[in-house]
Amino acid sequence: MYPITPYHYLVLSAALFTIGVLGVMLRRNVIIIFMSIELMLNAVNINLAAFSHQWQNAIGQVFAIFVIVVAAAEAAVGLGIILAFFRNKDTLNVDEMNIMRW
Amino acid sequence: MLEAVVFYVLAAFILGFGVLVITARNTVHSVLFLVANFLCVAVLYVVLAAEFLAVIQVLVYAGGIVVLYLFVVMLVNLRAVPEARLDPRRQSRLGFLLTTALLVEVIAIMVYSANRPGAVSTLAPTADVPVSGNTEVVGWLLYTDYLIPFEVASVLLLVAMIGAILLARKEA
Repeated sequence: MYPITPYHYLVLSAALFTIGVLGVMLRRNVIIIFMSIELMLNAVNINLAAFSHQWQNAIGQVFAIFVIVVAAAEAAVGLGIILAFFRNKDTLNVDEMNIMRW
Repeated sequence: MLEAVVFYVLAAFILGFGVLVITARNTVHSVLFLVANFLCVAVLYVVLAAEFLAVIQVLVYAGGIVVLYLFVVMLVNLRAVPEARLDPRRQSRLGFLLTTALLVEVIAIMVYSANRPGAVSTLAPTADVPVSGNTEVVGWLLYTDYLIPFEVASVLLLVAMIGAILLARKEA
């Protein structure tokens, strides 16, 4: 069995990122699209942690924490927008998200 | 050997739960698969000796963000699944094609960079930190070299909190 290198983590992260992109491209439920974005952010974090481990430097983990902060902010505001949208149009379908005012 | 087994098992779980998140019919099931995915990623962080990140992952992602998602899923009680109404203009095949193109591109970049001589890191190991232990090192970096981004992040969270409250308020 080969040793686990950062290359393995890169492949895992790329696959997870692609799953997230697939979810954004193909699903119509806006909540699932948001969850796919979280998957993509997680893929990035795996990369950061893997390289942080590779170079024995904790800066990658610091960046991953900032990514988590931005993900939390994005989830809060995004879900607020989803709630406001649902109150007005009574749907979660992105194809019907074509209004800029309510 | 053990590390390899742990990695492959975790990778299989992470990718499996990721696929389940985007394929589940029921949105609540999707959210629960997302929790499982986040927990597996947290275990992966432990394998990578990033214990603080693993705890943050469990606390913030699996504990905070996912609960937020669950609340929203349950607040919007849907009568019809969003997938039920088909938009004839929707290009699902194009989405598949674009995603495949992305995957091919990423694989090409990886194969190309794997065949090149190994990149030399100009990044020295964190040595000038007078503390030891993962949490201490990360905390030291956050409060010394990355103090300004840290404070900006707190402002960002404050803005996001106010924005979320404003947006989700019953009557504007």
